[in-house]
Amino acid sequence: MAKTRSIRWSLPTLLLAASANTAAMPLNMTKGVTEISQEVYSLHMLIFWICCVIGAVVFGIMFVSILLHRKSRGVQPAQFHESTKIEILWTAIPVVILIGMAIPASKTLIAMDDTSAADVTVQITGSQWKWHYKYLGSDLEYFSVLATPREQITNRFEKGENYLLEVDRPLVIPTGQKIRFLMTSDDVIHSWWVPAFAVKKDANPGFINEAWTRVDEPGVYRGQCAELCGKDHAYMPIVVIAKSPDDYAAWKTAEETRIAEAKAAEQELLAMNMDMSELMANGERTYIAYCAACHQPNGAGLPGIFPALAGSDLILNDKTAHIDIVLNGKSGTAMQAFGRQLSLKELASVLTYTRNAWGNDTGDAVQAADVFKVQQGEGE
Amino acid sequence: MSVVITEPNDQEHHEHDHHDHKPSGITRWLYTTNHKDIGTMYLVFALIMFFIGGTMAMVIRLELFQPGMQFVEPHFFNQMTTVHGLIMVFGAVMPAFTGLANWMIPMMIGAPDMALPRMNNWSFWILPFAFLILLLSLFMPGGGPSFGWTFYAPLSTTYSGDSTALFVFSVHIMGISSIMGAINVIVTIWNMRAPGMTWMKMPLFVWTWFITAFLLIMVMPVLAGVVTMVLTDKYFGTSFFDAAGGGDPVLFQHIFWFFGHPEVYIMILPAFGIVSAIIPTFARKKLFGYASMVYATASIAILSFLVWAHHMFTTGMPVFATLFFMYATMLIAVPTGVKVFNWVATMWRGAMTFEVPMMFALAFIVLFTIGGFSGLMLAITPADFQYHDTYFVVAHFHYVLVTGAIFSIVAAVYYWLPKWTGNMYDETLGQWHFWCSLISVNLLFFPMHFVGLAGMPRRIPDYALQFADFNAFISIGGFLFGLSQLIFVWVLIKCARGGVKATDQVWEGAEGLEWEVPSPAPYHTFETPPVIK
Repeated sequence: MAKTRSIRWSLPTLLLAASANTAAMPLNMTKGVTEISQEVYSLHMLIFWICCVIGAVVFGIMFVSILLHRKSRGVQPAQFHESTKIEILWTAIPVVILIGMAIPASKTLIAMDDTSAADVTVQITGSQWKWHYKYLGSDLEYFSVLATPREQITNRFEKGENYLLEVDRPLVIPTGQKIRFLMTSDDVIHSWWVPAFAVKKDANPGFINEAWTRVDEPGVYRGQCAELCGKDHAYMPIVVIAKSPDDYAAWKTAEETRIAEAKAAEQELLAMNMDMSELMANGERTYIAYCAACHQPNGAGLPGIFPALAGSDLILNDKTAHIDIVLNGKSGTAMQAFGRQLSLKELASVLTYTRNAWGNDTGDAVQAADVFKVQQGEGE
Repeated sequence: MSVVITEPNDQEHHEHDHHDHKPSGITRWLYTTNHKDIGTMYLVFALIMFFIGGTMAMVIRLELFQPGMQFVEPHFFNQMTTVHGLIMVFGAVMPAFTGLANWMIPMMIGAPDMALPRMNNWSFWILPFAFLILLLSLFMPGGGPSFGWTFYAPLSTTYSGDSTALFVFSVHIMGISSIMGAINVIVTIWNMRAPGMTWMKMPLFVWTWFITAFLLIMVMPVLAGVVTMVLTDKYFGTSFFDAAGGGDPVLFQHIFWFFGHPEVYIMILPAFGIVSAIIPTFARKKLFGYASMVYATASIAILSFLVWAHHMFTTGMPVFATLFFMYATMLIAVPTGVKVFNWVATMWRGAMTFEVPMMFALAFIVLFTIGGFSGLMLAITPADFQYHDTYFVVAHFHYVLVTGAIFSIVAAVYYWLPKWTGNMYDETLGQWHFWCSLISVNLLFFPMHFVGLAGMPRRIPDYALQFADFNAFISIGGFLFGLSQLIFVWVLIKCARGGVKATDQVWEGAEGLEWEVPSPAPYHTFETPPVIK
């Protein structure tokens, strides 16, 4: 993963991507890469052609009438009106067409609903504004956030090929297997949508929705959150990589090892003291990635919705409360629990950064051990 | 049936006192109980709101002109989409129809005024305050409502700013205004028809409004309920929509759309009435199937209560519920089709002329039907999973609301303007307005179908690069459509100031009581009821 990431971020790629501006947009719904998505495409085309034919007939008659039956041609208006026969006919014919349409639609719908006998189950949790993937039956879980740099969004850098459709850590699934998705949310309603799979399902807070897919072609598939979920709704894309079962297994093992190593490293970190400049540099990076969307890069927040951190009473006067709110969030508000999203190192850095940036000159260096202490205190 | 309670003597006295005599200055408008004055105020108010909501649409299109953030912040963008929707639905389309109802229903059924004239004044005059509150909330710290006009919980409860309280209050006022307007329409139609004006002799505009008014009375309280639940969830600790307290966020959507779907028909049934008046006039031929039009309207109204969850196919309903709502939604195509077939059959072998009202009515038939087709496509649930919350939906509801509802309102204004002002509007300018609108509105909304099918979600301020060219194109269409409406204002002002004098009948093929009174219609009409043969 680290490799693809470094490629994506390298400067030549960014410059090359300028040509992506001319990439043609498909004019129709994608056929997708699953059996279901192709059925959906066929239904879409069927109903589309039905509408075209009806439209051609109705508008055709109308335009003939407009052409022929105009006063300027000296015609006299006819007097006919009401005909039970015709009226029954133009009620009955649409009913028959609709029944013909409803039958295949119902079949596909029922097939889409059958989430039984899945090979892999992934729990997908939406939150403002990122996705979290958890492979059930394994320790593997991670967040997936937008990888497009802010500078591209604010037009300071050339936009990359996959502008707004790229994430730091994509969801990886095996090909040829039935994948069941369990959708839920930590805050507002989100909707997980990958057009190539014809899967769009709302992630409702406090409830679990199900969907499934079986992808046959290895590849990278991109989607977006489809339900308005607040300020950065446009910035929570979805990337799914379908790998052959062997590649998938190898990837999974590597990821599990990486997570175990990271956990071990965290324990070592507890005994270490990072110096202020390192904490501040790391902290600024983490702050921009995770906090600035709401609290703003300058710490001023958005008055009335997201509180300012610069000059915040809580930060300046209560260090423990500060650590606690970052770890555990604040219920009833958009403030998330970052304890499970960030590593101890990132937490310590971002805490230090927010305690010392923008004139919050507390002079405190928060160390991983300080965060760990509060975390444990809360845990018991 | 009659509710005329004045003694004959009083009535004479009244006529002598008030015939075409009205208070002057601002008090005329503040204190008026005259259905024509109130109708005018509703229409002018709707036009102002149309331009305010339109300005917000221009901001949206400006930001979407190119990918990346250029002009506004995402948070402000969300406020624009939200308030644009609220203003267009509750501030432009609904008051415009109520204005037309006020002006025309008494004249069409031979009544002297609306049945409850003082309430009529009140139902109009609370409206400006509702929208003032809504618009001023944009200037609060944290901005105005930003959760979409559909205000899904918990985005509108736990995660919203404090403007939510003002939003709720303003929606309450709009709702009260609508309910009072609807009561007035029903009481007027039920009790004040001229002798001989039986139910099945009523003009279709009266019929469609009568049915619309029932829809309003049934669903506006539901809207009031759901905004109140949002208010108490946010401020008073209830958990209607919060799973942590035993509630359910999807419950919000069920309640909202139980209001919201009939609301869609509230905004289109009167349009059917208008088109059913205009087509026969300019085709010089009787409406093909009057009775089946009435029954189709009633069927649509009843079905509108059974289809709400087609807005919610992705929320994870049980498959049987989904199937039910899919079938019920497809069924709506049948009575809607009956209407379109009826209009075409009315035109068939008529002797048509193509003045501006007819042009807008014809455009309505074609473009509303295109919106109906995409609606039918959206009903097919498996396909809806791909269309839902994309620009395909945006294209769909703008076809039915802009080229549907708004085109019908514009057609109605051109149709009845000579009756209101006594002057013919400028036909050349009107044709310019029509053709500019027709072309630009399609440049604006038609490409949205493609953008949606290609996968662009709605309600986003920034998008992937593949959508860039189409969005630039759509924005240009949007600016042109906005500019085209300035021609409309020009036509209206010009017509109000003068022009060729209109005859009583105005249009050669026009039939109905409103065409039997002088043009401009006197301040008081039908003080003695006409007799319908």
